[in-house]
Parts: sequence; C-alpha cells; structure tokens
Amino acid sequence: MKTFIPPDFRVYIEHERCRRCKRCLMNCSFDAYTFQDRVTPDDSKCVGCNRCAVFCPEHAITISNTPIGYREHPLWSMKARKDIWKQSETGGVLLTGMGNDQPFRIYWDHIVIDACQVTNPSIDPLREPMELRTYLGKKPDAVSVKMDRDGKLELATELLPQIEINTPIIFAAMSYGAVSLNVQKSIAMAAKEFGTLWNTGEGGLHEDLYHYGSNTIVQVASGRFGVSSEYLKIAVASEIKIGQGAKPGIGGHLPGEKVNLDVSKTRMIPQGTDALSPAPQHDIYSIEDLRQLIYAIKEANGYKPVGVKIAAVHNVAAISSGIARAGADWIYIDGFRGGTGASPTIIRDHIGIPIELALAAVDERLRQEGIRNSVSIIAAGGIRNSGDVAKAIALGADTVAIGTAALVALGCSLCQKCYTGNCAWGITTQRPELVRRIDPEVGAERIYNLLRGWSLELKEILGALGLNSIESLRGSRERLRGIGLNEVELRILGIKHAGE
Amino acid sequence: MRSQELLWRTKDPEILRQLGKDISGCGLSGIINIRGQRISGEAIRCSIACQHDRGNGLGGGFAAYGIYPRYRDYYALHIMYDSHDAKNSTEDYLDHHLSVELGERIPTRPVPNINKPPLLWRYFVKGRKEEEGDFEIADDEYMVKIVMGINATIPGAFVFSSGKNMGVFKGVGFPEELAEFFMIDEYQGYLWLAHNRFPTNTPGWWGGAHPFNLLDWSIIHNGEISSYGINKRYLEMFGYKLTLMTDTEVVAYLLDLLVRRHKLNLNVASTVLSPPFWKDIEKSDDKEKEAFTALRMVYGSAMLNGPFAFIFGFTRGMVGMNDRIKLRPFVVATKGDNFYMASEEAAIREICPEPDKVWSPRAGHSVIVELDRSVTV
Repeated sequence: MKTFIPPDFRVYIEHERCRRCKRCLMNCSFDAYTFQDRVTPDDSKCVGCNRCAVFCPEHAITISNTPIGYREHPLWSMKARKDIWKQSETGGVLLTGMGNDQPFRIYWDHIVIDACQVTNPSIDPLREPMELRTYLGKKPDAVSVKMDRDGKLELATELLPQIEINTPIIFAAMSYGAVSLNVQKSIAMAAKEFGTLWNTGEGGLHEDLYHYGSNTIVQVASGRFGVSSEYLKIAVASEIKIGQGAKPGIGGHLPGEKVNLDVSKTRMIPQGTDALSPAPQHDIYSIEDLRQLIYAIKEANGYKPVGVKIAAVHNVAAISSGIARAGADWIYIDGFRGGTGASPTIIRDHIGIPIELALAAVDERLRQEGIRNSVSIIAAGGIRNSGDVAKAIALGADTVAIGTAALVALGCSLCQKCYTGNCAWGITTQRPELVRRIDPEVGAERIYNLLRGWSLELKEILGALGLNSIESLRGSRERLRGIGLNEVELRILGIKHAGE
Repeated sequence: MRSQELLWRTKDPEILRQLGKDISGCGLSGIINIRGQRISGEAIRCSIACQHDRGNGLGGGFAAYGIYPRYRDYYALHIMYDSHDAKNSTEDYLDHHLSVELGERIPTRPVPNINKPPLLWRYFVKGRKEEEGDFEIADDEYMVKIVMGINATIPGAFVFSSGKNMGVFKGVGFPEELAEFFMIDEYQGYLWLAHNRFPTNTPGWWGGAHPFNLLDWSIIHNGEISSYGINKRYLEMFGYKLTLMTDTEVVAYLLDLLVRRHKLNLNVASTVLSPPFWKDIEKSDDKEKEAFTALRMVYGSAMLNGPFAFIFGFTRGMVGMNDRIKLRPFVVATKGDNFYMASEEAAIREICPEPDKVWSPRAGHSVIVELDRSVTV
C-alpha cells in the first residue's frame, strides 16, 4: 500500500564535509542510511534521534523537521492527519514511547520560588551545613524519648523501617526489557554511589544486580513478572504498581521483539512473547484487597516498607487517602508526563492529570485527614531540573522520582521510539550490538553527575530561602507563588499569586 | 537613646565598636528568680527600654508570672475587643461555657503615644463543662478549646492571655510606653518576659505584638521563621487554628503540641525545634543517634528554620534558644537566684551591673531555667 505519510524529518548531509567514514550507517539502528558512492539518507525511516549527527566526526549531518506545505488547520493539525493515515494503513492501535507530548499547561513553569532579603539572611551552602537527607516510610505522629541517668536520650518508641536517602531524588521504575540491562546497571550503580534508590520496574531483577539490593525497590505489578520470594527479600523495599502516568488504567506493555533469552529468564516468561500485564491487578478489585496484598508482601519481604504506585487521575486525593489507610509506606504518584517504554498513543495523550495538581491535592487531603505523617509521597512524571524538584517538595512531596531525565543523561533524545526496540542510543533495546553502546561505568558516571548537580542546586535554592534542611521546605507552599494561573489553579496548588 | 547620642558625638572606632547596635529585628528580655521571689515590673521595663533601638514603635509587650496570687486557681483571660458588640458576644460565650469569678477592665494609665487602644478586659474563670463529651477532656484542653473558639469565631475579640496566676500585657507602641500604659511597675512577678518589636512581615496590630500566649505558655521571639509555611500546615493537621498572621504563633503552638500533648520534656522539645545537624548526630553514640534520628524523621515539619532567638516562659520556668546557626543574638547571665536572658548583654547589665556569669549560648542549644523544686507558686 502506498503510504500517504510524509516523513517527519529531513536529513541533510553536507557532502563537501563528509569523508565517507560510514559511521552514520553503523550508528543508525533504523536503517535510514544506505551507501552508494556516498551516504544517502531515507527521510521516511529517520526518527530524529540524532545519534548519527552526534557521532559524525565531521559534523556533516543536520536533521530538521520536514518543512511541509500542507494547508494549515487549527483542528486538523499535521499530527491528526498523520495519525489517521497511519491507522488507515495498519488498522492498529498506535503505539508510542515516553510521556505525554501534548501542549498542556506545564505548571512548574508557572510557579516561582521565594528568596530571603534583609529580614532573614540567606545561607551560603558553601560555608554552612545544608541538609538534603530524607527518610521514606511510615512515621508515627509522636514518639516518646526517655532520658537515662547521664542525661542521654533514648528512644522509647519502636519505629517501622525507614529508608534513608541522601538527596530527595530517586529513580523511577524502568523495567528490564523496556530498557537494557546496561541501563539498569548504570542507574543502580549511580544510586548506590550517591546513596539513593532505584526501582526495578515490573520486569524482575537480573542476577547481576542482586548486590545493589540495599538501594533497590522491587516492583510487583499486575503481570507479577519475575516476582519470587528471593526477589522480595533481596531489596530494601517493595512497590505495588497499580498504575503508570503514561498509561493510566492499562497494564505494562513489552513487545515480544524485546523479550530475548535473558529478559525471558528474568521475567519468567517464554522468549519472544509479548509481555502484556493485565490492566488491573486481578487480586485487587478494591481497597481492602490492596491492604491484604500490602501485608502479604510485608510477610514475604521481611516487614520492609511496601509502597504503592498509582497514576495521577481525577480522584487521586481520595484514592491516596485509601492507600495510606490500607497501610502503604509510600504513595508514588505518577503524573501524565511520566514516561513509558510502550503505550497506546491515545491513552498516553488523553488520560491522566498533571503531577503538580495531583501532588498538591494529595498532600492537602492527607493533611486534612491528619494522616500525612503515616505515609511518604513520591512525585514523578515530568521532573526536568532541580527547580522542579524544589517546587515538588514545597508542594508536599517527600522525594521525586526521575525516569526520563535519567535516560536523557544517558543520551536519550526523546524520539519516542522506545516501543520499537531499536533505540540507537542503546537505552530501550535488547539488540546486543545496541545494548553495548552504553558502558555501565560511563553511564553511571553521567547519572551520578546529574544527581550531584541537582543536589548542589537544591542546596543553593535552600540557601536562598534561608533554610538549611530540606524538611523545612517540604510542604512549605508559602515559599511558592504562581504566575499566570487562575484562582481555581491557585486554590488546588495551595499557593498565592506572585505579588500577594 | 543614650548610646545613640554618644554615637553621634564620636567617631572613635573603639567607642563605635562598643556602642554600635545592630538593628536586627526585635529585642528580648527575660528574668526569673528560681526561688519564686517576686520582683517588681520596673526591672524588666528598664531592661527592655535599654533595647529601644531594636524596635520601631509598632509593638511591645510583657508577660508576668505570679501576679495574680489571689486568683491562682483561676484561668486569667486577657481579652482585647475592637467594639462593644465583640465584648457582648464574648461575654455571652464565656457565661455559657465557663464560671466567671471576676470580670474587670485591665487597669491602664493615659500615655501620649498610645493611641486608640482596644477595649482591654480580664476575666478570672473556671471551666464549666456542660456539653456532652467535655467531661472527658482535661481542664487545659477545655480552655484551649474555648480560647481557639473565641479567636476563630468571634469577630473583633482576641484572647491574648489565658494562663493561671500570670498575664500578658501587650500592644502597639514602644515597650517602655506600654509599660507605663499597663502600669507594669505595679505588678510583682517571679518571672518576667519583655519584647520590643520591629515588625517587617506582619502588620502592626495589638494582637500581633509579643508575647504570644496559650495557657501558661508565653513566647517572645526575635527573628523570622522561614519554615513558617510547613510549621503552620503541620500544626493545622493537629487541629490548631493559626489566626494571627505572624510566625511566632507557630512556636507557641509547637511547644504546646510537643510538651503538653506529646509529653516530650522541654529538653527534647527544644531538640525538635532546633535539631542537631546530621553530621553531629552521626558522632553521638548508637542510642542517642537512634533517638535524634527518630526525632528528626518524625518531627521534621516541626523544625524551626530561619534566624531566631526566642524565650518562652511557663509556670515553672523559662527557656531560651537560638536557631541552628545562631543568626540572632542571645545572651544569658546569672546573679544569685536570678537568671537573665536578653538580646544584648547591655540589657542585662542595665539591671544587673555585675552578674556572676555571662555567656552567649551555642547555636541550637537551649538554656532551661526552672524554679527550685521546693518552690510552690
């Protein structure tokens, strides 16, 4: 069938610069190049990942959006037209990767942070201590402390286990299968080195990663891939995955092309089969079932923390209250910008709500009910920089989780072709020749650097705010102001407008 | 004023160093006699007047303990009203919920600079629990409910003091003018706090002056609580209603929560408010480390961050403390049975020229002075 879809990108090669080294051919995993006397690109195959351009030693490659001359129409955008052509050619569900890319309002960009002037001194993080340490877990409302004969304090309340992290940034769940083992290795090494947590996602835990257990959260999703007693025990905590921001209401999606021998072993499924997690957890049809599963997992994992991950949806505040009361140690809220390895485009782009609003609503609801201490909140889904981190914490998050940002650190250029398994950057692929493109040591260094940079910036922000500890920013919405937001938005975010 | 005048006359750097005052927010002063001997309010007036330049005339006040021995078993409610309507509604409310032993105007003298004071009344009351369920709660809890009830629901009425055998006197003006206005020199107390205010963040209104009080807790504060936003939301979770548009209120309520409701002793409560840094916690032994870590984990939202020094008083003592990196001045001195705390050493030496000991407490370390155990008040 003749395709009507115009190419998304135009690949331009400056042949005067090109020395015909063919590195572009080697690097392109989408076969967009052929060589006949000289390099010839096929625009229709280009996904715009820019791997070739970055690795061209002569900087001879330029990729641009195809300048197409279709008549403009505000309703019938080019995307709308292309999607219809695609479906009329395939009859299928359109797939995509990454988080929602539609131009919905980005609330982070309408929130600004306070700073000290005159009446309270700002603090210089290079000269004064500045604390980012955070504990995740269920905390009591009060503790009792005894004083022994020498006047030394002694704790008289037994606390449930808490997980200490050195910065309020952890890694989002990205499963083995969706991403390569080298990606998981890079993230796990960085997490261990920095003193924070990484999350297996729903694809099980590869044996090579067992020794990162004390920095690992293992996920239990509806497919139960790779879940075993050992898996639950080896990690510092478990997480029940109910939903994911990129695809609320549906289960995980791993195309069979990505299920090689190693993935099949780790997930405990046959090689080459699609790993489609059921939409719901079939033993959780309501909140009381969730409670049972939480405690069943606690029995299995040795009474370590058990978190619950949900997608941000309309009723997220009430749902979170239920989760807190069901006994979860944390609630992981994933906004609609949260990424994915594969999701139906229609789900990704139309279901779910922004993390900023969901987080604000959940924190406020838990406080109104007086149960905020009993559960930690992890906010995820579109955290791009340390400014977003600070704003999320001020809105009420205990920590944020980053997924897309960590992959960008490894080279991801957001081409959204994760579901094809052909990632030229070696991230969302299982093809051995592509997986090799990430050296875990180098990958870990890049991700560690990102954590370090953001953490230093967080200290600068705290210092400007006149604070020397992250818990004094947590939930302190008084230090935020909105710009260009209407009254409903301000009320939900619980912040004043700039100038007030 | 004296030092200001000298300052204008001299350019000698050594004299400047000695006389120059930092204009940094507010002035604090506190005195306690640990034998419970009562002292005239004149002393605290002199001490706070010495710190005139630390305020801007928009707020001052005093807390005095031991001043109502005749009514020591009654809660003394000091209430300000902006209208007779507010007074009538409040008195109806009081009659409905409490037995009022005596209600009278708080005595005042006319003072030129004290303009348009609100109606100032005091009532000596006992709880009269009539509503079902009230019988199960303690007297103090019941009084807190009454005070919060008036402050949150009756427009134009504000309870600014609610302890037994103690009282707060405060308003808009310089503290020495307010001392004159409230006739502070005529009261005798074993524990005194005074405050001179330089409001920057909150409007100057009578209720907003320090000390802040709830039951027998009074607090005076110099500084700004940069963690106000989360401290407030944390307290709201426990049912406190923050109505005063100021950040000092959170300190008073946090102490109430930690000491009265969560039964932490003063030492531990001050550790919660101004906790040690993690690097220092790491150095303590295992048991203490566990205790400090738990306190920080559980009470992170109660930590006070930002520059402050405060003194709080209660029936049996006085506690002074600084923020974790000492961004506000705070000096302590002793002389015999008297303990002094102030923003400036000069304010102490003004009334106690030769103290036995003077020191500047370390950042984050609290100084707790309690009445001798043998003393009954």
